Amino acid sequence: MKELAPIITVVAVLAAVPLIVHSNTALNFLVVMLLIALAGQGWNVLGGYGGQYSFGHAAFFGTGAYTTAILQVRYGVNAWPGFAAGVGAGAVLGAVIGHLTFRAGLRGSYFALVTLAFAEVLRILASVAPITGAGVGTLIKLDLHASALQFQSRAVFYWVILALVAVSLLIAHALDRTRFGAWLVAIRENEDAAKALGVDTFTVKLGAMVISAAITAAAGCFYAQYFLFIDSGIAYGTRMSIEALLTPIIGGAGTVFGPLLGALVVKALSEGATWIAGDAPGLNLIVYGCVLVLVIAFAPRGLVGLVSAASDFLSSSKGKVAHG
Amino acid sequence: MGEPLLSVEAVSRRFGGLLAVNAVSLAAPAGAITALIGPNGAGKTTLFAMISGFLTPSEGAIRYGGEAITSLPPHERARRGIARTFQIVQPFAGLTVRENIVVGAHLRHRTRADAIAAAEDVAREVGLTAMLDRPANSLTIVGRKRLELARALAIAPKLLLLDEVLAGLNPTEVSEIVPVIHALCDRGITILMIEHVMQAVMSLSEHVFVLAEGRIIAEGSPAAVAADRKVIEAYLGHGAAGKLRGAHVH
Repeated sequence: MKELAPIITVVAVLAAVPLIVHSNTALNFLVVMLLIALAGQGWNVLGGYGGQYSFGHAAFFGTGAYTTAILQVRYGVNAWPGFAAGVGAGAVLGAVIGHLTFRAGLRGSYFALVTLAFAEVLRILASVAPITGAGVGTLIKLDLHASALQFQSRAVFYWVILALVAVSLLIAHALDRTRFGAWLVAIRENEDAAKALGVDTFTVKLGAMVISAAITAAAGCFYAQYFLFIDSGIAYGTRMSIEALLTPIIGGAGTVFGPLLGALVVKALSEGATWIAGDAPGLNLIVYGCVLVLVIAFAPRGLVGLVSAASDFLSSSKGKVAHG
Repeated sequence: MGEPLLSVEAVSRRFGGLLAVNAVSLAAPAGAITALIGPNGAGKTTLFAMISGFLTPSEGAIRYGGEAITSLPPHERARRGIARTFQIVQPFAGLTVRENIVVGAHLRHRTRADAIAAAEDVAREVGLTAMLDRPANSLTIVGRKRLELARALAIAPKLLLLDEVLAGLNPTEVSEIVPVIHALCDRGITILMIEHVMQAVMSLSEHVFVLAEGRIIAEGSPAAVAADRKVIEAYLGHGAAGKLRGAHVH
């Protein structure tokens, strides 16, 4: 339990926020921040822990969102099982893409490009297929009841997404202390050495891809329930792929809290930029670009790495004083 | 000499037009240290890669414990008890020494606590205990060689393939690691080692195979192999054996 203390503390503090903050704008900001953190945590499982840099996580986000929306709108399925089906569909897509790419032995930039291609193909298909509403998009009917997974109060939405983020934090935490996680990190560090130590690298990478896809798909499902509208650009656009990889890289890839911290910083900066410069198109991308350059130049292990380096420095300089 | 734990049967490997390993047969008897020597480019590392599963032979078969393992992937071979070290050390550079060894230990130990305990035992055996918390990329070359050995031992192997674990070490460091390897053999681990340091080959192994230009050109006790005319010529050039003999006569 002691190891879980940081996660419990962070989640408890975040859970208390709506009791103090009642502003809809502020809560909306936090909901979107947590949504990005969740999508980013999905990327983090595969990219941060496993070193497989996907550039197309929108494929899973969009599949989750569309599955939930289409099941409700076209087949009259209840939103709760619809949500679960969305997560499941994301996981299946993860298994399919993982099987194809890892069986072919794709690594590094080849893997990144192929995942990007999958997301783009899905985006184009979604923009023409009748079942997705093609260019018009899909609108989920407003029905503010818990039974339809829609809530009158933003605070409840906030707690729902926080609960999902909490689960994703526990999954990342488990990677730090299980055999599967140790093997996944070993693959990131040196795939051949991992094979020589008996690691079935294909199966481990595939497993990571499925978990990663499911988490990011959950973010997509939540998006559909929260905004009640999706189209091909929102669901499968590169913007989602970029946000899903940017937040963990900025916050600290391969760390439990990296995506959450990264999402907070990225969203705060992009909101700040909008507030100063108005809603100029592409502004958030400029902000992301600048932050990314700064992080890569000055904190290659992300903000979490910066914090731990600072605390190491402080404790070692204290030690020196004590010894001196 | 016992039954061979590993036998390589007429194995060849082609890279395009190049025949890197040409119908090589050798055996590693259970419980012994067998050495594989040969000049640079002889195909030793290619042969090791085929034994550990990183390359598939173009022809021939590899048997381990009586079972054909010729087409098994590396992780399956590791599970059956074949461990290898890499000539060019391949640490998990961003992890600590402990975490490096834990990855190997997890093969036989599911829970993290058990794997850590097993990793610490192995670290003691190879003399890495003091460095457990250091990042792997901060180790010196001898430290990295020890880590390479420790990770391989952590999977509790029956057969250990050592690819030049002594290369690049000074004589003091060599004399520190040689007893470690002896102790492993005494513990019942069968060892097949590629080695250039002849002093170590002489003191460690009972049986030596010599590979040159992809073929086994000699085998036998270390002393017999070192005096073999073909071996001397493979290392020093055609006619060298005759010249050496001439020098002795005068």
